[in-house]
Amino acid sequence: MSFLSKTHFLRARNVGWDLIRSDFPILDQTVNGEPLIYFDNAATSQKPNAVINALRNYYEKDNANVHRGIHELSNRATAAYEGGRQRAAKYLNAASSSEIIFTRGTTEGINLVASSWGGANLKAGDKVLLTEMEHHSNIVPWQMLCERTGAELLYVPVVGDSGQLDLEAYDRLLGQGVKLVSVTHISNTLGVINPVAELCGKARAAGAVTVIDAAQSAGHLKLDVQALGCDFLAFSGHKMCGPTGIGVLYGRLPLLESLPPYQGGGEMIQTVDFFKTTYAKPPHRFEAGTPDIAGVVGLHAAMDYLDGIGRKAIFEHDQDLAVYAYAQLSNIQGIRLFGPPSGRGGLVSFLLEEVHAHDLVTFADQKGIALRGGHHCNQPLMKKLGVPSTARASFYFYNTREEVDQLLDVLIEIRRFFGSNPGI
Amino acid sequence: MFDELSDLYQQVILDHSKSPRNFRVLPGANRSAQGYNPLCGDNITLYLELDGDVVKSAGFQGSGCAISKASASLLTEMMKGKTTGEIRSLFNRMHDLVTTGKCEGAPDGKLAVFAGVHKFPARVKCAILPWHAAMSAIEGKQDPVSTE
Repeated sequence: MSFLSKTHFLRARNVGWDLIRSDFPILDQTVNGEPLIYFDNAATSQKPNAVINALRNYYEKDNANVHRGIHELSNRATAAYEGGRQRAAKYLNAASSSEIIFTRGTTEGINLVASSWGGANLKAGDKVLLTEMEHHSNIVPWQMLCERTGAELLYVPVVGDSGQLDLEAYDRLLGQGVKLVSVTHISNTLGVINPVAELCGKARAAGAVTVIDAAQSAGHLKLDVQALGCDFLAFSGHKMCGPTGIGVLYGRLPLLESLPPYQGGGEMIQTVDFFKTTYAKPPHRFEAGTPDIAGVVGLHAAMDYLDGIGRKAIFEHDQDLAVYAYAQLSNIQGIRLFGPPSGRGGLVSFLLEEVHAHDLVTFADQKGIALRGGHHCNQPLMKKLGVPSTARASFYFYNTREEVDQLLDVLIEIRRFFGSNPGI
Repeated sequence: MFDELSDLYQQVILDHSKSPRNFRVLPGANRSAQGYNPLCGDNITLYLELDGDVVKSAGFQGSGCAISKASASLLTEMMKGKTTGEIRSLFNRMHDLVTTGKCEGAPDGKLAVFAGVHKFPARVKCAILPWHAAMSAIEGKQDPVSTE
């Protein structure tokens, strides 16, 4: 099932970014009297017509519950849902579509691993290794698990404002009896791209299970779970042109087969007796209740759409914007930029001396520019960097260098407006 | 182009955020309370020296945006010499002011500068945070307050 028109494929060969922009109806509006510049893509991306139409089409023509109906609509809904699973397997180059579990998003995927894998495998004294740049969603589930089991958390340090991982420390920490490593692919604050294949290879050699948080990478670059050598990988649909409320957890099949269920309910059972239930095989064992069928249909359309453009082209475009923005913004007096100048993901975090990030974001909003200001669900990292918050511009393939230039102008205006500010 | 912003960031607010008054730990404080907004990270501790029912002196410490800083600075200035009942009534009027742009009677000359905040719903919590901390300090509550 493809919702991508032929014209999209034709465009993709030459990648006509201007035309692609017109696939997103929401971008064609003014905010506070100015053309909208949407630079909050790391929080959530906008949705192309292909995805909006797929959702509409599903609800107008095919909506029914899955896996239990005999009737035609239920067959169609089931085919759409399981078709989405096959599409996701292809998107990640998974060995089998049984390795694709649909979740509400990255957060639920990580919670599922912590609950099912962690509950079955961790005991007091075991170690879980994270990094200092993790999002709260890749910290809190592990803290909860450690409180429950008596296992301990270790963190790979982040070095300086450029924010690369201390890889020597990683090697050292791995040797301390680590049972599981969970690491982000691309940092949502620093834009650092971690060498996840290398990290997974070393972890596997040390006998540790690996989890990749791909929330910031799944919509931006090609992912091959077999080449990465990870055991689990989680991402969210809404950050990659898909609907909110749908995500994917990839899990290596032998591991999934060994795990207990996550939640109990319909869909995940084989037989239910009043006192005993036998569970379905993966992936359905981990999908209790009526799933987000429309979400899967929308995500399927999003994956088709992204691959229609080409993830290589998307990554090059996003990275070009981030490197350009980093270089342009570094000319502003009193700016502090986070993350590496090059080789980074499509976002830039920064602070203007003496201007609080929230004042900056309110200002930019009056110019039609949507930024994020705050701790970005990275409170421990903020503490490490010694800042209460940062402002962040995060890009996607529909953004342009001209928009980055406008951001630069507004930041210069903000400096002028607030003038010298001794601050608190 | 920045009319709304000039409304929000009036000169008095910019002045108080750049040079906050009473920005210190109060040596004689007998009440204090923390205001913390976990989503944005604004964190303000308010110190009061209460003599019976009257505020003798007030101070604050912490970090926050221009709006929360200015609000805390102006609040500590105007609390001096007022009874806790008067402050509670001012709190209600400040609350109306930042949420609707209007309030019954003049809240106090300087507080009127916060009328522009109501056009920025996301920033109401910044302006009102120090006030919640003040009420909490007066009531002797222990837990940090939040306006999120």
